Parts: sequence; C-alpha cells; structure tokens
Amino acid sequence: MRIILDRISHSYADTEVLRDISFDLRAGEIVSIIGPSGCGKSTLLRMIGGLERPGAGQVLISGPAPEGCLNPLTYIFQDFALLPWRTVEGNVSLVLEDHGIRGARAREVIADVLARTKLSDFRRAWPRQLSGGMKQRVAIARALAVRPAVMLMDEPLSALDSQTRELLMDDLVELWTRTPFTAAYVTHNLAEAVRLGHRIVVLSRRPGRIREVVDIDMPLAERPARMAELEPLQRSLWEMMRDEAAAADRELAHA
Amino acid sequence: MPDSPLPEPRPGSAIEIPQDARPVPFRGGGFQHRRHPFLAPVVLLILLVLWQIGSATGFISPIAMPAPRDVLIAFRDLIVTGTLWTNLSVSLYRLLTGWLLGAVLGISVGLIIGLLSQARAAALPIVSALFPIPKIALLPLFIIWLGIGEGSKVATILFGTFFPTVISTYAGVDAVDRGLIRMGQSFGLKWSSIVRKIIIPGAMPGILSGFRISFSIAIVLLVAAEMIGAQHGIGAYILMAGSIFNLGELFAGVIILSSIGLTGSWLIGLAERRLLDWRA
Repeated sequence: MRIILDRISHSYADTEVLRDISFDLRAGEIVSIIGPSGCGKSTLLRMIGGLERPGAGQVLISGPAPEGCLNPLTYIFQDFALLPWRTVEGNVSLVLEDHGIRGARAREVIADVLARTKLSDFRRAWPRQLSGGMKQRVAIARALAVRPAVMLMDEPLSALDSQTRELLMDDLVELWTRTPFTAAYVTHNLAEAVRLGHRIVVLSRRPGRIREVVDIDMPLAERPARMAELEPLQRSLWEMMRDEAAAADRELAHA
Repeated sequence: MPDSPLPEPRPGSAIEIPQDARPVPFRGGGFQHRRHPFLAPVVLLILLVLWQIGSATGFISPIAMPAPRDVLIAFRDLIVTGTLWTNLSVSLYRLLTGWLLGAVLGISVGLIIGLLSQARAAALPIVSALFPIPKIALLPLFIIWLGIGEGSKVATILFGTFFPTVISTYAGVDAVDRGLIRMGQSFGLKWSSIVRKIIIPGAMPGILSGFRISFSIAIVLLVAAEMIGAQHGIGAYILMAGSIFNLGELFAGVIILSSIGLTGSWLIGLAERRLLDWRA
C-alpha cells in the first residue's frame, strides 16, 4: 500500500502551518519527517491518518491493504495513550475487541505481539507500574496487533530518556528487519531520523514547506556500526535546520 | 559494546578524613503523615470519660447535655421497643431510593450533557438554574404533587442528589484525556466502544467523588423532609425527642445519623478501591 500526499496546505485561523507539501510513503519504507518545533509535522501526520482534514490538497491511498490488516493507518503517540484502567494485555485487547477478535484468537495475537516487544512477563501489569520505555513498547505492541499497513509515529521516543531511546531504536530496527513495515516517523531528533529513516523529509519553519528530501541507502541494521559514515549527513541536516530552528525559537517567544 | 574488563571498584575506606570533619546536620523530615491507628479510639475514650465525669459531678447540666448513660438508655429503649428498626427502615428506604434514583438519573443526564454538544447547550442552563435551589424548599410542591406519603420525601432527596451528580459526571467526562479519545478514533473504535471503554472509566473518579457529596446532601434532605412531615424516621424521632426535652433520645438519633453517613462513605470508599484499582 502506498500513501501519496498531494500538495497539502493548511492554516489554523490566520496562521499558515503547511504549504504545498507533496511526497509519498512507499511499502516497506520508513520516512523520517524532521523540522523545527511548530513547523506542522504533527499536523501533517494527523492528516495522513485521517484525524484532521487538510485545508487544501489531499492525502491518497493506493493499492489494497495487506491481508489480515485490521487498521491500515495506525498511530504511535508521543504520550503513549495507554488506558490507565487496563492492564498491558487489556490495552492490546482494546483494539481487537471491536473487530470481533476475542477469546483464544485474541490471546494468540496478544501473546505474539507481547513476545515481539519483549513484554511477555508484564502482560498483567498496570500502565502506572511501567517505565516510559515499557509504556511505549506496549503502545508498539498494540499497534502491531492490528497488523497496520502504515505506522504513523508522532515523536514516539521524545518522552523517553536518552538511554531508553537507544534501546527502543534498536528494538524498532529489529522489528523492521524481521518484518519490514511502512512508516512515517515524525521527530525533531536528527539522530533518530538518520538511524531509522530510509528517506528524510526536511520541513522548514512555519509555514512548513519541504526544504529537502534525502535518501539513505545504508541498511538499517548496519547503521549503528557505521554511524561515522552517516555523521556528515547528520551534520549537513543540522546546518540546514539550524537557522530555521533558531528563527522558530524566537518566533515562539514572541507568540 | 566491546567487553572490556571493568576496573575493580575502589574500597570506601580509601578516603582520608580531616580532623575537623563533622556530619552534615539533618534538616529534612517532618511534614509527613504517619499512621497512628490507636490515637483516635484513645481520644474518643477520653472524651467519653470526661463527659461521664462532667455529667456525674453536675459540671455539665443535664438540660444542656445528656449523660452518656441517658444516651445508652435511649438506645436500649429503641432496641427493646423495636422503634429503632421502624425508624431506621423507613429512613433508609427513603434515603437509598432517593439517592440511587437521583444518582442513576444524574449519571445518565450527565453523560448525555458531557457527550452531545446540543444536549449541553439545551440542558446545562436549566441545570445551572435549578442546582442552587435548596431542594427542601420544593418539598411543599412535591407534597401537593405526590401527597404526604413517601413519594414527596423520596422526590426531594432524588432532586437533591440529581443535580450534583449531573455536574460531577459531565465535569468528569470533560476531564477525560482527549489524547485517549483520539487514540480510540485512530484505531477505528466504534463510538459506543469509545464511550464505554474510554469515556466512562475515565470519568469514574469524578463520578465517585460526586457520590460522596451527593450522599451527604441526601442525608441532610432526609432529616429535613422527615422533620417537616413524617410520623416515622430518624428525623421525626429527633424532632419528637427535642420537643419533649429528651436529650438522651435526641443524641441517640444524631449518633444514628452519623453512623449512616460513615457507613455510606465507607461503602463509597470500597467502591472506589474496587473500581479505581488501576490508580496508585
């Protein structure tokens, strides 16, 4: 399945947040979307998933969803969005219940996704008992349970400390290597974008426009060992964003 | 990570301590509540003993306060003559029917107001206008409508608990994390599933703390209604005792009311622990 963004523009009241954005998400590919704060990255992601309507332009889906897919466009949120009154397995089962998956079939799916996210020992824990990293693993397990065609990740690691972030990046790479998934990965963290993105879309400050699209050929699994080769790319991305970020920072101070 | 051998941790005694070294003075502590489970019974006992001594020595006039003995006698009479059960049963019937109906209706209306913006626009001004009326002022109206029997008293309690429940329920719905609702929508959950599995559990803490308020309001209204027009019931019993200056009976009635209130809030606490076990 392929997602095409066709000349998306959007404004909130008098503030123009996005202008003329066009790119696509191809099957089995992770696209990192980076940009300074307030550039409309998260708004863009909400539009891709149908939670918000663009002011102009359209988001298109092409091709059928893969077999067994329950929720083609599935989010992973920065704040995890777990129900505090459901246990780990209850949170996963939440998204299966409406599809009529209960009982033994649900247990099978839940066991599988919890094993893939290394949570099997915590299936009866309450969210409040889990660390931030574990909570995000539960959210990832929940997303995997509906067999998404496209994962929409909104700063999924930004609420975590840097060590947990490293661990979860490795986990995501492992998950992707085992079964490649399609994803849009919104972040303001260049290291994450470079580690996880097959393609990086750089947005300018508000109103967000595409400044650059960079392809990275290196396989995800090899990147931690060959970080030095990616260093120049990361630095050039930072050069590109630096002035924008500084300007965005001053802009927010005025607002 | 290459597995390089970690250096041995240094023993703690390796540091040299100068002559004038002294411990950092401790400034923390305090401002923390510890459990003292025996203090409350002891204080209660001391008060009872002082009360008995005061009454026995004549320091406390029997016209102002009955002796603890008189209160015990009143309780004994209540049990022996069976009037305890007569009064308590009618009072509990009125209280529980009124409160439960008020709570159920209040939660339903509160949810509708919380969920549908048309309902909110239409009903919230009416709720706000009726909420501040002391419901006991409506008792004469309810007597005209429903007669002097149980209906008018139950209706007073029902109305008294309905409005606070509506308000705490819709405030609870408003307080549900929007992020969780968006999550439900993003996974394609049905509207009814979002309400049942996200909004109602999320509003539950607010609803239950509303129960505490509405239960104490219900007791106030119960006593007031029974004092205005009832033959039986704790309120009528207290009024009767007061009019014949039987302070022992009066105090017995007040103690029964306090027990009803304590039992109610204990039950609500039990429900909180069961329904909100997901909280710390």
